[in-house]
Amino acid sequence: MSVAILGTGNIGSDLLIKIGRSRYVECALFAGRSKDSKGIEMARQMGIETSHESIAAIERNPDRYDIVFDATSADSHAIHSPVLKKLDKCVIDMTPAHTGWTCIPALNISECADKKEINLVTCGGQATIPIALAIMRACPESEYIEVVTSIASKSAGPGTRSNIDEYVETTRDGILSFSGVKKAKAILNLNPAVPPINMHNTIYAEMTAEPDLKRVREKVHDMIKKIQAYVPGYHLKLEPLFEVDRLTVINEVVGLGDYLPKYAGNLDIMTCAAMAVAEEYARRNGRRD
Amino acid sequence: MREILLIDSTLRDGSHAKRHRFTEEEIRSYAAAAEQARVKVLVAGHGNGLGASTLQIGKSLVTDDRFLRITKTELKRTKLGVLIIPGLGSIKDDLEPALKIGAEVVFVTCHCTEADITQKYIQYTCRQGKEAIGVLMMTHMLDAQGLLTEALKMQEYGASGVLLMDSAGALLPKDVIERISLLVKGLKINVGFHAHNNLGMATANSLAAVEAGAHFIDATSRGFGAGAGNGSLELIAAVLQKSGFETGLDLYKLMDISDNITAKFTDKPPDVNGITITSGLAGVFSGFCPIVVKTAHKFDLDARDVLMELGRRKIVAGQEDYITQVAVELANKKQNEKM
Repeated sequence: MSVAILGTGNIGSDLLIKIGRSRYVECALFAGRSKDSKGIEMARQMGIETSHESIAAIERNPDRYDIVFDATSADSHAIHSPVLKKLDKCVIDMTPAHTGWTCIPALNISECADKKEINLVTCGGQATIPIALAIMRACPESEYIEVVTSIASKSAGPGTRSNIDEYVETTRDGILSFSGVKKAKAILNLNPAVPPINMHNTIYAEMTAEPDLKRVREKVHDMIKKIQAYVPGYHLKLEPLFEVDRLTVINEVVGLGDYLPKYAGNLDIMTCAAMAVAEEYARRNGRRD
Repeated sequence: MREILLIDSTLRDGSHAKRHRFTEEEIRSYAAAAEQARVKVLVAGHGNGLGASTLQIGKSLVTDDRFLRITKTELKRTKLGVLIIPGLGSIKDDLEPALKIGAEVVFVTCHCTEADITQKYIQYTCRQGKEAIGVLMMTHMLDAQGLLTEALKMQEYGASGVLLMDSAGALLPKDVIERISLLVKGLKINVGFHAHNNLGMATANSLAAVEAGAHFIDATSRGFGAGAGNGSLELIAAVLQKSGFETGLDLYKLMDISDNITAKFTDKPPDVNGITITSGLAGVFSGFCPIVVKTAHKFDLDARDVLMELGRRKIVAGQEDYITQVAVELANKKQNEKM
């Protein structure tokens, strides 16, 4: 199937490389608003058609693309979304705009493959919500989940930075709707250390008594295996630990090192998830020649 | 005589020294007294600002909503200030309600290298007709030129001032002078300084900042704040008076507040000790100290080793979850060395 990428920043560029390896999808357009970004240059060298007219380039030749990845910003996506809906495209929204059907491949990929607009929550959401659900399955009595994500400053592009407010709210809403917990909170930290830190996620569940830790471990490890199927660098950093009033699980995401270096697991988990969705859609809806 | 604005953050940074357990009565009595002492801006709420009552940093006894309402009720001429860290608090959930309650000055705060995450928050505050001050934390981790670059962004977003926080109490007077004087020269807006006393430098650093041209100092009654505490409001007011600066505050009242109200907040007031000195040396956020002590004890480690390791890893404010991880890793290492 043929795809278009909107947004030539870090996320768009990383997607471009991943699509290059795919058996199911190929990139037919790489479009943004700048004429000569680093990503545009890379696409040209790969022999892929580029445009600086963003969504207008898709509107001109809508039949050429089956899937559109929107890797711009929440504000831009709000403008793109109705246009792409009218064109009846499968849209995978990488921004925290939170329109469309929310997908976390480890949890609901099969019910997402026939939806026309998919959003991927946030990087922190992809990394923590499955664990929140695993914990809630083992400890349904917990009433509060809190997740803390730390990412390397160098991995946070202008999109992430200007969307930090939406990030917090979108991630929180994702935890609530997928895990069923009553109350939730999401926190994002940027850390400028050199060498850069890997994406680091802590999931806390408030509880008054020590849970069945063996059962928690089973649920968490099962979930991690599911995530690793499409995010190879996802791994546990701290086994479920109970202290006084909380259960703590820590994981880390090391990226594949496609466009940004490996520390940018936050970018990689989003593009890996987007690829999982696109490939599932392509498999279900047939390859077009 | 140049007038220096002293901002009172006792009910904000002081929350750290109370493990975020200020009672409603303590909030009420302190706010009323601050008004009496002619404090111009009183900052209130959780130690890490709005929306920071969390497992990660510590849960407040009193909700943000309640905290701000009680404070606001006691204030007439004194402005209510709030602090918010983008990524920890959000505009809709936290800032908007705080402004509705009557917060007039918003300290939009980030790690010293990340000023661009404050843009939306500063612009939102200005659009609501309120005053925004940009705050750069952990300023020992960036040189003067780097800090100026970040502060210029905040100025462009609409901040009326930039406040440099020495969050780890790691700066010496010469470092403060270098940073403040460059910012004063390079910015059109006011420049402020917020000290921590980990290395015993809080008063000296605050005075150095003013002499280097700072327009305002952020401090707390009796130095009541995270780690070894902050610059003491009454002490700085006295020292500034002696140095020939105006503060417009009632010095006797500030002393009375310190002795009669703040002194009763806790049996264990902030002090300089081995832990806080190590935190200053390691450049670790002062608020980490009590959590590090507790965690180190649990894993049978020397808390100073944990602090030094956190410093080596350049862990910043808000990353409290690394404390447990580092402790587990150090404990495992110790175990392996024994075997």
